[in-house]
Amino acid sequence: MTDLNAIYVIVMRELKKFVREKSRLVSSIARPLIWLFLVGAGMSRLVGPRTGMPYTRFIFPGILGMTILFSSIFSSISIIWDKEFGFLKEILVAPVRRSSIVIGKSLSGTAVSSIQVFIVLMMFPVIGERLSFFQVALTLLVGMLVSFSISSFGIVIATFYENYESFSVIMNFIIMPMFFLSGAMYPVKLLPGALKWASRLNPLTYGVDALKNIMFHAGAGAMGPDFSFTLDMLVILLSSAAFVLLASVFFERKQ
Amino acid sequence: MPAVISVEALTRKFGQLTAVDGISFQVEEKTIFGFLGPNGAGKTTTISILCTLINPTSGRAIVNGHDCKKEPRLVRSSIGIVFQDSTLDKDLTAYENLVFHAYIYGVKKQEIRKRAEDALRFMGLFERKDDLVKRFSGGMKRRLEVARGLIHRPRVLFMDEPTLGLDPQSRAHLWEAISGLPKEHGVTVFMTTHYMDEAEVCDRLAIIDGGRIIAQGSPGELKRSLGGDIIFLKTADNKKAALKIKEALGITPGEKEGELFLASGRAEEQIPAVIRALPDLVLSVRFQRPTLNDVFLKFTGREIRQQDVQGPDSLKEDLRAYVRRH
Ligand SMILES: Nc1ncnc2c1ncn2[C@@H]1O[C@H](COP(=O)(O)OP(=O)(O)OP(=O)(O)O)[C@@H](O)[C@H]1O
Ligand SMILES: [Mg+2]
Repeated sequence: MTDLNAIYVIVMRELKKFVREKSRLVSSIARPLIWLFLVGAGMSRLVGPRTGMPYTRFIFPGILGMTILFSSIFSSISIIWDKEFGFLKEILVAPVRRSSIVIGKSLSGTAVSSIQVFIVLMMFPVIGERLSFFQVALTLLVGMLVSFSISSFGIVIATFYENYESFSVIMNFIIMPMFFLSGAMYPVKLLPGALKWASRLNPLTYGVDALKNIMFHAGAGAMGPDFSFTLDMLVILLSSAAFVLLASVFFERKQ
Repeated sequence: MPAVISVEALTRKFGQLTAVDGISFQVEEKTIFGFLGPNGAGKTTTISILCTLINPTSGRAIVNGHDCKKEPRLVRSSIGIVFQDSTLDKDLTAYENLVFHAYIYGVKKQEIRKRAEDALRFMGLFERKDDLVKRFSGGMKRRLEVARGLIHRPRVLFMDEPTLGLDPQSRAHLWEAISGLPKEHGVTVFMTTHYMDEAEVCDRLAIIDGGRIIAQGSPGELKRSLGGDIIFLKTADNKKAALKIKEALGITPGEKEGELFLASGRAEEQIPAVIRALPDLVLSVRFQRPTLNDVFLKFTGREIRQQDVQGPDSLKEDLRAYVRRH
């Protein structure tokens, strides 16, 4: 009971702060839109004619993946801020299970990420994508699950760092590679050997691929999904469980 | 009375450094226990072990009947903590910080609002309840943390230098609140400090230095362990007076800077006898009671904090000379 209350209040705290920081919402929505329209529009000229699929439409699931990646990880590594400013101690001495703290934090990331995914997803008519209500609903649902998985992954990362100087390290060596190796910008199957393997170890790959499975019609060919929807979902769910478990263990480990 | 905190041969090492070195003590229910020691003595490390943030290297700590290492959740649910460094969320309001705390400690929903508001009133912060904590002064933050530590009604409240950075008025106000906790709310208080006047108010004290407890007892006991008060006399004729004191009381007084001084158990009881022994000779009498600073000095050979030295230096010198002889 205490644990459910704790999860609830951890999520409420995150949402409250998210709503309060208007600039965070604006910039977190701006990033995917800039990529979608600037990179997408430019590359479309180059890629579209050869593949039969407008590039903007191809990267749309990837842009949703990007939205999830940034918002989930940013939300999770706010734990590093909490560590630095002491608030984490307040949570760690409370009589709640470590796993509840991790779940609460993952759901926080899921909540703020889902809001952003919804906003970006609603851009689909602008890029000429046609989605049924069912596709929109399924995209949102899968988006939530992927957000949860990436958020819990972010917490695992956060347990390794003590201060926010590490932020640029995380940005450059974790977030950016995860983005580029996720199949968001180009199909994973086009990658050379070693990178192909790296992309298969990337949890975001399966999230982006699941979204492609939902949005792309059959016959997308080389631009289409790389794995089956079932495999994608299996990996997302299992990796979520594994990350929550890992993060709980890392939190429990005392100095 | 039963012990609420019981610590046995507790040791904590950080690599080569032994921060806490085999300390043992007990804290009785509904008392204020003070941990007095200089910077780096091991006070915070001890609190971190007792509130289950870190494990001891060896030894045992029991809080509310639960082992800190083996049953951390049971320990956590019965304690409140005010850390040395702020652990507030500065982007939330005072009220929101309290509500967050109440939730993670499982306070019943319908009670949260009332408890939070009462706690804010108790600490004189009610008018500022909806201000973001980042707009608070240091003293207000400190008071908010104490309010937060109490909101789930813990049986034991740990406070690591609770009055750090407070002005004298806020300190007095906070002290009033703290000193009422054992009797009025049944809370056992464990606190660290390096202020002597705060240590005075504790029911029991442990003086810690270099990770070891070097003395413990009530403030009175500790001071009496130095041998009691010193009486200083100005007389019309010191030689004659000294002789008469020796005849009457069997003590040979010393003389320094024109004053006679003599050791005395409790000065207020001995002064009448001294005056009776010296008819028409006494010009003035005063006495000096040993302070906790003197206790610290005796056990470690140095002041707890150089800047805490008050009073005329000569007097301190006398006292030091006196203390060293005992
Ligand atoms: N996490 C840590 N890693 C390494 N050494 C530590 C750690 N925490 C404390 N120490 C060392 O342990 C010793 C005791 O530190 P502690 O914080 O317990 O002192 P303290 O009595 O609380 O001092 P202060 O009055 O300054 O708060 C110090 O020498 C300190 O450097
Ligand atoms: Mg300390």
